[in-house]
Amino acid sequence: MKILTEHIDVPQIETIAVYKKNGGYKAVEKALKKMTPDEVTEEVKKSGLRGRGGAGFPMGMKWSFLAKPEGVPRYLVCNADESEPGTFKDHYLMWKSPHTLIEGMIVSSYALGANTSYIYVRGELMYVINILEKAIQEAYDQGLLGKNILGSGYDLDLFVQPGGGAYICGEETALLESLEGKRGNPRNKPPFPAVKGVWQCPTVVNNVESIAATSWIVNNGGDAYAAIGVGRSTGTKLISASGHIKKPGVYEIPLGITVEEFIYSDEWCGGIRDGHTLKAVVAGGSSVPILPADLILTTATGEKRLMTYESLSDGGFASGTMLGSGGFIVMDETTCIVHNTLTFARFYHHESCGQCSPCREGTGWMDKVIHRIEHGKGRKEDIDLLVDVAKKIEGNTICPLGDAAAWPVAAAIRHFRDEFEWHIEHPELATKDGAVYMRPGASWAR
Amino acid sequence: MKVTIDNITLEVEPGTTIMQAARQIGPEIAPPAMCYYEPLKGSGGKCRACLVKVTQGSEKDPRPMPKLVPACITAVQDGMVVENTVNESVLETRKGIVEFLLLNHPLDCPVCDQAGECHLQDFSFEHGVSTTRTAEERNTFEPTDLGPNIQLNMNRCVLCYRCVYTADQITDSRVHGVMYRGDHAEISTYIEKAIDNDFSGNVIDVCPVGALTDKTYRFKSRVWFSKPVEAHCSCEKCTGNVTLWYKGDEVIRVTGRKNEWGEVMEFICNTCRFDRKKTSDWVIEGPTKIARHSVISANKYGANLITPAFPIAQAARDYKLIDDDRDRSFLHEPAKIEAKK
Repeated sequence: MKILTEHIDVPQIETIAVYKKNGGYKAVEKALKKMTPDEVTEEVKKSGLRGRGGAGFPMGMKWSFLAKPEGVPRYLVCNADESEPGTFKDHYLMWKSPHTLIEGMIVSSYALGANTSYIYVRGELMYVINILEKAIQEAYDQGLLGKNILGSGYDLDLFVQPGGGAYICGEETALLESLEGKRGNPRNKPPFPAVKGVWQCPTVVNNVESIAATSWIVNNGGDAYAAIGVGRSTGTKLISASGHIKKPGVYEIPLGITVEEFIYSDEWCGGIRDGHTLKAVVAGGSSVPILPADLILTTATGEKRLMTYESLSDGGFASGTMLGSGGFIVMDETTCIVHNTLTFARFYHHESCGQCSPCREGTGWMDKVIHRIEHGKGRKEDIDLLVDVAKKIEGNTICPLGDAAAWPVAAAIRHFRDEFEWHIEHPELATKDGAVYMRPGASWAR
Repeated sequence: MKVTIDNITLEVEPGTTIMQAARQIGPEIAPPAMCYYEPLKGSGGKCRACLVKVTQGSEKDPRPMPKLVPACITAVQDGMVVENTVNESVLETRKGIVEFLLLNHPLDCPVCDQAGECHLQDFSFEHGVSTTRTAEERNTFEPTDLGPNIQLNMNRCVLCYRCVYTADQITDSRVHGVMYRGDHAEISTYIEKAIDNDFSGNVIDVCPVGALTDKTYRFKSRVWFSKPVEAHCSCEKCTGNVTLWYKGDEVIRVTGRKNEWGEVMEFICNTCRFDRKKTSDWVIEGPTKIARHSVISANKYGANLITPAFPIAQAARDYKLIDDDRDRSFLHEPAKIEAKK
């Protein structure tokens, strides 16, 4: 079942003519001519679509929080600042099929009553920005954007705003600050963007994938979307699969398939590369806890783990992880977890905005300590120190970047403590090029 | 609106923050503040020193808030119950915040002009631990010149953003700001432009640490050797209400008047601050009221009023003559050595 990527491999799908030939912009016609904004919102609510940017907050509920005071403009902002290590799905979607996003933007803006909407794209993706701008121009030329769209009396202007290439600008309030032309520091909440967003007006910020899915929901109804998936995880999800698998890439999966099927089936990742076994998986982008092979395939209670929000987070921090943004990083037994944790810690150190003290100082501290451990200068107390620093950061920061920096470190120590200890006890072995600790007598995968 | 902080209930106006409510009760209950500065709009929420636990959101919705919240920017709800000094997790977190703030802060208090009136000193004295867990080298920054009056030592900065808000709100143009990000973020001017504005000197007063200090006062005296006096003059630019700092008969420094929480309520102009350093420029009102716990009060009251007197008293009580073999005579009966009372 494919929703977003159904026509993605059609040649020249990036042009409006080909996109329309493949059923494009039907949702705009249906929504603007036959439905009221509230009806569109109702369908999205029925669909159970959850935010695809990482937090998984129900999109319909987010829309219903939008304050609607008289005479104050409302805005829809599309968060295309995808910069999470391991996640590259939005990039793929916008690059291959920009009109999928634009159609979703028109439908969503109509539902929210926004007459101006923005797509905030990370600055590194300049060529994607060019593709989007070309596509938007085509939509203007066809009367799908601008004044009185398709004679419905609804006006919408759509702008693309390149970011400066900071990971923190993917956090919704930092994104709004950056959009306003300021330094991309997250805002203190409350007030939430739904009340005071861009230019102090009510704003909804949604991920590319979430917005793109709304046009299918308008076409086929919320119930049809909710029929896909398991429980509260409805619909399909783009997964960016990377690492030691045979077929890395972006896959659109119906939520609810098993993790085992996703990794080993030829339809998706195609299994671990030949001659190697699965060691660990980071299931939802670098921010989520890493899990060893046995815990990613089955939950602590022995059930098969599914690719859903609920199943992946089963067991909480002790034995679970999160679906996050769908950045699925697979590692085989040749991966040094300490080195991998260092890479993540260095990333968060580099990307912390420096506004609040736990994150500013803590991310740097963790980076330096793990760097020492990796380079054979670790002390025995460093492991507990790292756990404690992670605890002091988590939950005490303005935005979720602090949590995102703390979880991978704390989880890596939780599940691979022996590897950290080995680095500290045997620096002469650990610092050898390509050295990886092998747990005695244990295979990583089942 | 009714709010309970550390089991003390009081009535406050709607829109009051937890911090303001706690300050109404008193300094024992008020959470520490490194970045919040009441006269500056929008300040607060950054240092996380004032994180408190809300155990009951409000009368209507009694659920506790899941995370610790910053007291300085969280508005009070009717029936809210807050725990500050009575909550273990709050105090534990605060220890962590002190540790984070000191992680890259140089311990150069002996040569720092702010020592004695430094909020970070107070904060770490009250909430920190005396040991260190870091083995890492501290981050350092290249010096930036901010002109003839203001000395910037970026190594000491805790990025509270107060000086940025000050320049935004009381001067007509801000030429300095925060550049870069993370632990390399620094206060700087664009291409080392000197800060030159009639009210620029106020960034010195708002700085909680010794990052921004007065060049005309540099290394002239320790805070506790100087004597603060309230004075005023008729100034065209500002209210002219200041605090003069005397060393002997000489005015060594002029600052704004600070309230109980170390906040300047009336900002003063640079002429008053940097140029009027003669007693004849001023009308003296009288000595500044100084809290007895202040370092300036040290040795000026009876010894029993100075805290911490405890370690000194304890050392005196525990003092014993050392039982030294060399004091013994082996030729005679070994002398009994008694500890002095």
